[in-house]
Amino acid sequence: MKRSVNIWNGIDKISIVLFLLLVALGWINIYAAVFNEDHPGLLDFSQRYGKQFIWIIASLILAVFIVIIDNRFYFFFSWFIYGTCMLLLVLVVIFGKEINGARSWFEFGGISLQPSELAKFGTALALASYLNTRRQDLTRLSAMIPASAIILFPAFLIMLQPDTGSAIVYFSLFIVLFREGMSPYIFVSGLLMIVLFFLTLLTNILYLTIASIIIAVILVWLTTRKWKLVLFGTGIFLLIAGTIYLLDHYIIKSIGNELVIFISLILSGAAYAFYIYNKRAASVLIIYIFLLGSIIFVNAFDYAFNNILPKHQKDRVNTLLGFKTDLHGTGYNVNQSIISIGSGGFAGKGFLQGTQTKFKFVPKQSSDFIFCTVGEEWGFMGSGIVIGIYLFLLLRLVTLAERQRSVFARIYGYCVASIFFTHIFLNIGMAIGLIPVIGIPLPFLSYGGSSLWGFTILLFIFLRLDASRTEYLV
Amino acid sequence: MKDPFINRKYVIMALIVLATLGLLVRLFIIQVVKSSYRLSADNNVLRYITQYPARGLIYDRNGKLIVFNQAAYDLMVVPTQVSNIDTTGFCDLLGISTDLFRKQLRIAINYSRRAPSVFLKQVSNETYAKFQEKMFLYPGFYVQPRTLRKYSKPVAAHILGYVSEVDDGVIKKNPYYKPGDYIGKSGIEESYEKDLRGRRGVKIFLVDVFSRIKGSYEKGKLDTLAVQGSNIVSGIDLDLQEYGELLMKNKRGSVVAIEPKSGEVLALISSPDYDPALLVGRVRSENFAKLLGDSILQPLFNRALMASYPPGSTFKPINGLIGLQEGVITPQTLFECHRGYLFVACHAHPSPLSIVGAIGNSCNAYFCQTYRRVLENPAYNTIADAYVKWKSYLNEFGFGSKLGTDFVNELSGFIPSTEYFDKYYGKNRWKALTVISMAIGQGEVGATPLQMANMTAAIANRGYFYTPHIVKSVGAGHTIDERFTTKHQIDIDTANFEQIVLGMEQAVTSGTAAGVKLKDIIICGKTGTAQNPHGANHSVFIAFAPKDNPKIAIAVFVENAGFGATYAAPVASLMIEKYIKGEISNKALEKRILELNLEGKISEAER
Repeated sequence: MKRSVNIWNGIDKISIVLFLLLVALGWINIYAAVFNEDHPGLLDFSQRYGKQFIWIIASLILAVFIVIIDNRFYFFFSWFIYGTCMLLLVLVVIFGKEINGARSWFEFGGISLQPSELAKFGTALALASYLNTRRQDLTRLSAMIPASAIILFPAFLIMLQPDTGSAIVYFSLFIVLFREGMSPYIFVSGLLMIVLFFLTLLTNILYLTIASIIIAVILVWLTTRKWKLVLFGTGIFLLIAGTIYLLDHYIIKSIGNELVIFISLILSGAAYAFYIYNKRAASVLIIYIFLLGSIIFVNAFDYAFNNILPKHQKDRVNTLLGFKTDLHGTGYNVNQSIISIGSGGFAGKGFLQGTQTKFKFVPKQSSDFIFCTVGEEWGFMGSGIVIGIYLFLLLRLVTLAERQRSVFARIYGYCVASIFFTHIFLNIGMAIGLIPVIGIPLPFLSYGGSSLWGFTILLFIFLRLDASRTEYLV
Repeated sequence: MKDPFINRKYVIMALIVLATLGLLVRLFIIQVVKSSYRLSADNNVLRYITQYPARGLIYDRNGKLIVFNQAAYDLMVVPTQVSNIDTTGFCDLLGISTDLFRKQLRIAINYSRRAPSVFLKQVSNETYAKFQEKMFLYPGFYVQPRTLRKYSKPVAAHILGYVSEVDDGVIKKNPYYKPGDYIGKSGIEESYEKDLRGRRGVKIFLVDVFSRIKGSYEKGKLDTLAVQGSNIVSGIDLDLQEYGELLMKNKRGSVVAIEPKSGEVLALISSPDYDPALLVGRVRSENFAKLLGDSILQPLFNRALMASYPPGSTFKPINGLIGLQEGVITPQTLFECHRGYLFVACHAHPSPLSIVGAIGNSCNAYFCQTYRRVLENPAYNTIADAYVKWKSYLNEFGFGSKLGTDFVNELSGFIPSTEYFDKYYGKNRWKALTVISMAIGQGEVGATPLQMANMTAAIANRGYFYTPHIVKSVGAGHTIDERFTTKHQIDIDTANFEQIVLGMEQAVTSGTAAGVKLKDIIICGKTGTAQNPHGANHSVFIAFAPKDNPKIAIAVFVENAGFGATYAAPVASLMIEKYIKGEISNKALEKRILELNLEGKISEAER
């Protein structure tokens, strides 16, 4: 059943205000980032701030169009849009203009277009459509595989360009799958892998292994609340580990500490198996499997990192984590970026007063590193406000998504939230040296038409869907 | 339909909130907790360009410029900012080899990656101009203007001293100096360093990522202006100095001329010397090593202040003065001379002689007996007491201790104390005859040419002197240290001085130095031949002129030359005439001295 609703009444004004706020902040900061004393006009179209103004106007017009179009259009044309996007991604690999070794851009006359920015909303629509129409049960593999394929296919095509940063963003759509029923184990495994990835690089893997075991023991106690079980299990493990350790120390002398722990875990696991089977203690089994999996992952990753990964990639990671300082090579961007933001202090240096910004110490400052300008000129207060606006927007999007009556709209809403979240977290995390340099834009703040339009389309399709949510009666 | 997974929204929201918190915590750490980033950002963009003040100029007493400045440019480098430069083009531009480029860069990196260090010292004006145009191509490099010393004439090296880069010791002791700064070493440059150096200023510029200067920082509010060093007028008469150096060429020795009325040093020559320009600029260290390594000529050794000679017979006037003052002799006292006194020989001259004639003829016997009377004076209980009195007179003249001039290095000379003799001969085991050689300026006594010139000035003034000093006035206010305007009165009656002056007049008119008398200037002088245990005797002569209202007092030492009358006296006479009249009447004498080459004697003495 459907009913007509006034779009203007139904559209979420809060989101629009946040959107306008971010776009305006972006424009101001781009102005500061590329400020040129010979061209002080905000609307000087030879400068990036002038151009950004055109992109902003265009994106507003685009937003109006998106809102005017009937909401059913997005549903019915979702696969067509997805198909078109995929075609563009294929074409850009073949015909795209090569910039910095990647074919990510089409160029028509003076206008450049980055299809990977547009493919995000296409993929979101297709995913929403797939999960909506068939009422797919993501707890089953039969649904997980096609859903994953919808997500991973564009990511694969983007890797061909290659553009790792943009490709990584697509993985955030697994957050949506989690919301819609994907096994939490896959979700937790994914998150755990990311955390372990950093911890492996940061700390000694022996300590990491021991810490994992201790956490696992605590978890077992939390889930079962059985003292005897925990003590018994720990006792068996320590006994076996101690025996093997002594054997190795005096006789074999070739097993490493990690291997001693690993073998002991497997053997004590075997001893535990009887209990688990008997009591149907699934939680204990899961914890055990996660523990084992983590240890294998950590060791495998450590080996791969030290023996398989090419040197320059290793350098990049090492630089990021501060194991190595190479201020001219890989570390330059990050170092200058952190200096910019760090030098902003609590209150910032003030508009157009950032010396790092003004004298172009950070490359790509108007696009990928726009947060440097925010951090340097507006300080912790300004950065906090920007992050606060983003947090507000993300939580607002989740709230809006949850109030949808149509599954399609809800899933699409989560897609938007997930993509925004990933962009924001990775971009700012990169600028402040939390994660490796991944070249992706900061939504609405970074300079660039394609990314601004991509984010505008993503957001406004959802706002359009949300505006007519009451058309669907449950 | 009930959504079984609705609660998962909380997990997702929690994830978002936690991630955001993570960002905020990290931001708080780098922006608020750590302050080092602010500094890094400043280091990135602030370029402190030191404004080196021009060093003060040095003039001679007549306003002639002796030392001035020329512009020079140091090429500086900030290693962290050097990136992607065309090394070959850079080296071609500067005319250096790529090896040198790498070496200099390595040295700079070893010093500091972030702080500027000197990459190439004192590049030429042309190179500077060429480089200035292309500087933007070479981030991390910039030019620092400086000044170098320049000399109007290749003279007076020992007086002026030189300027060199500060070493670590100085930097540690004096926080004013920074690596690469220059500081005066020796001579006027050292003793008047504080006046000459002025005060450094700094200009703070903002530079962009390519090290291009984008303007001044905070509109120059934090800049400090360089204050130019004070100019110095020295007491030197440049013409006299130049002439003296010319006369002393190819001889080893020293000349010190003082204006008796003021104590201003008119000329101070230590030969062999060197051209002060040798110790300027890029050639400095090489030349310095060469000069330092010359152990035969020792051109860096300032004999006028650092060499202690036995004064020989030029010591007689002072012993005569003491004898007269102590009352052991009178102007009428006559001593006979039979070619000597006891074991001290003398030459042929009329006998007996009074004090005037004894000085005029330099009679050894006269002064031995006078000295004996001084020490055996019944007014004192012991010889030692008499000796102490005698020594106190010498100390009044400035012997046996530093005069306190404005030279940094100055020798005290040596007048033995009673303790010295007690130690040497045993207490009460020495008598007047034991130390009789000091009567004629031999034995243990040692004095620098400057001390001898000062004594001469005191005689010329008939009883007082001003501490000799090389600088007449400092800065626009024409200030001068109080110690140079303090009169040192000697406790000897003027009448006694007149006797000595008459003797010295006779020495030049008809006595030992009769060969160097001038037609219209009355020179009062005293010859000396200082015995030299290392080789041929030193030729010594002290003199002042004119007799009345003296304008110049001079002491001349020519090493290994023999009789004072032969070599030292002509040098003194020529310089006196040059100073007072500006021209030389006795061209033959001048020619003889100019052509005199004692280098052979020097190396002989060395052997």
